[in-house]
Amino acid sequence: MTTKELTCVVCPMGCQITISLDEDGTVLSVEGNTCKRGDTYARNELTDPRRTLTSTVVILGGTDKLLPVKTDAPIPKKDLLRAREALRELTVTAPVACGDVLCTDFLGLGVSIVSGKTVEAC
Amino acid sequence: MIVIGGGPAGLAAAIEANKAGLPAEDILILERDREAGGILNQCIHAGFGLHHFGEELTGPEYAARFLEEAKARNIPCLTNTMALSLSEDRTVTFVSPTEGLSRVSADAIVLAMGCRERTRGALNIAGTRPAGIFTAGTAQRLVNIDGYLPGRKVVILGSGDIGLIMARRLTLEGAKVLRVCELMPYSGGLPRNLAQCLDDFGIPLYLSHTVVSISGKERVEGVTVAEVDENRRPIPGTEEYVPCDTLLLSVGLLPENELTREAGIALDPVTGGAVVDETMQTSLPGIFACGNVLHVHDLVDYVTEEAGRAGRSAAQFVLNGLDGTTRKTIPVKAFSGVRYVMPQLVHTDAEAPLTLFFRVDNNYRNKVLTVSADGEPVYQIKKRILVPGQMENVVLRSDALNRMKNASSVSVSLSDPDGKEGSR
Ligand SMILES: Cc1cc2nc3c(=O)[nH]c(=O)nc-3n(C[C@H](O)[C@H](O)[C@H](O)COP(=O)(O)OP(=O)(O)OC[C@H]3O[C@@H](n4cnc5c(N)ncnc54)[C@H](O)[C@@H]3O)c2cc1C
Ligand code: SF4
Repeated sequence: MTTKELTCVVCPMGCQITISLDEDGTVLSVEGNTCKRGDTYARNELTDPRRTLTSTVVILGGTDKLLPVKTDAPIPKKDLLRAREALRELTVTAPVACGDVLCTDFLGLGVSIVSGKTVEAC
Repeated sequence: MIVIGGGPAGLAAAIEANKAGLPAEDILILERDREAGGILNQCIHAGFGLHHFGEELTGPEYAARFLEEAKARNIPCLTNTMALSLSEDRTVTFVSPTEGLSRVSADAIVLAMGCRERTRGALNIAGTRPAGIFTAGTAQRLVNIDGYLPGRKVVILGSGDIGLIMARRLTLEGAKVLRVCELMPYSGGLPRNLAQCLDDFGIPLYLSHTVVSISGKERVEGVTVAEVDENRRPIPGTEEYVPCDTLLLSVGLLPENELTREAGIALDPVTGGAVVDETMQTSLPGIFACGNVLHVHDLVDYVTEEAGRAGRSAAQFVLNGLDGTTRKTIPVKAFSGVRYVMPQLVHTDAEAPLTLFFRVDNNYRNKVLTVSADGEPVYQIKKRILVPGQMENVVLRSDALNRMKNASSVSVSLSDPDGKEGSR
């Protein structure tokens, strides 16, 4: 049996979770989480760790120079840097409202890029 | 009612005052930036609103909810407007491009000026003063609002949340974050930020380490890092030179209380903010404080809650002339292991439930938190993990409050389950 320690990042509580695995990697137990979401997080973390990407894109003709954006769902951790680079290709024009979808099925990852702020045209 | 500062605290105070019956035209928010929203505008990462909205929002998204509500309620907000002074009789002097220099007297004032970053860490470091030294918050603004990358090879001093968030942000932007050095033997940041900002990107955290000198003439060329002993003094022989072009300082936040001090409001030397009672009223009647200007918060959700209380109290003060000073208060003090408690005063007839917020002074495991009235425990709770980076709270119900009523002072302290006080 092996154990893995990890910090749940789902909420600011940041519970310390211990996962026990048998020889062929089957999860025997998940301990230390305060809620169900921690259990799900820990199991996913072993097979398919994902994070929400937040970043900025250039916005033209607006009161701001940059528009904060995010993926509407977590993407594989290994794709974070690649996704950030790809966002540099995305330029939007004001006005944009908070919540507007700027691009769908981003990089074929099945997520959309969503605006995180309302920026008026100037 | 005048609200000084249009961050999440100021916005929530104004909205709640309006909900409590104060007409929108009797409220004025003063904000020195070109837009309201406060520090949230530059915090583009997710991690806001889990308590308040039950979903994880980015800073600008969280701010947008309050900006929209304030707008829908027609609450006036003057941007590009800086409050310059505040007097005891609740007169505010401010300057703005549209109004020029103005003086306005109000029935109630809400202080919501937020924090600014400590730079002390920089002043103590030996060596040259080249370009390339930034506070983490300044770097955050440069990257997220102005679109500039402050450097390519970065060392971060201080492991507070802003430093951790910037470690990840700069990495995503293509910079190499070489290490994060923390003077203390523990990090002041949230555990989740250590995991998702450092571990995810393989950025090493050096606990009990500091930057002892900076090299470089025009631009930072490197820093010398050393381990520190238990008295936080560098240990000779542990120095290591790290070539880099940028040093970020994330060494804490300081409540911005120049106006508060000038008005003669009593300050708490530990929090750096005003002394308040549970209605958020300061030592001057009709002047209330909330958010980071009162004490540093790690979660904006608590700022919103606290500011709501300040706004409702201020509205009541204006509408009913409710003057807390005629009611008796009891001082609430922090002891063994507890660094501070907010509020610092509680009215003898305070309404239940009453929440006391506090921070501990070190990392603790399996402790008992006790609230005592004149030495007699009125409430106890076991706490599994307590860290200085996380604001904690206890909720007192009417039975505990009844037992506090006639006390001359209330204390909040940590002890071992077996009764010993204070040890780690
Ligand atoms: C980098 C960083 C990361 C954070 N990450 C998180 C997180 O992940 N999750 C979370 O929940 N919380 C987070 N927080 C905490 C949260 O953002 C703050 O607690 C919250 O923004 C504080 O709100 P405030 O209104 O008190 O202060 P601020 O947001 O600082 O607002 C104060 C406002 O007052 C204005 N002002 C100041 N002085 C004057 C004056 N004299 N006249 C007029 N206006 C004035 C300022 O311009 C500013 O807009 C983070 C904070 C920082 C700094
Ligand atoms: S286990 Fe639940 S409570 Fe603990 S950090 Fe994860 S989501 Fe939060």
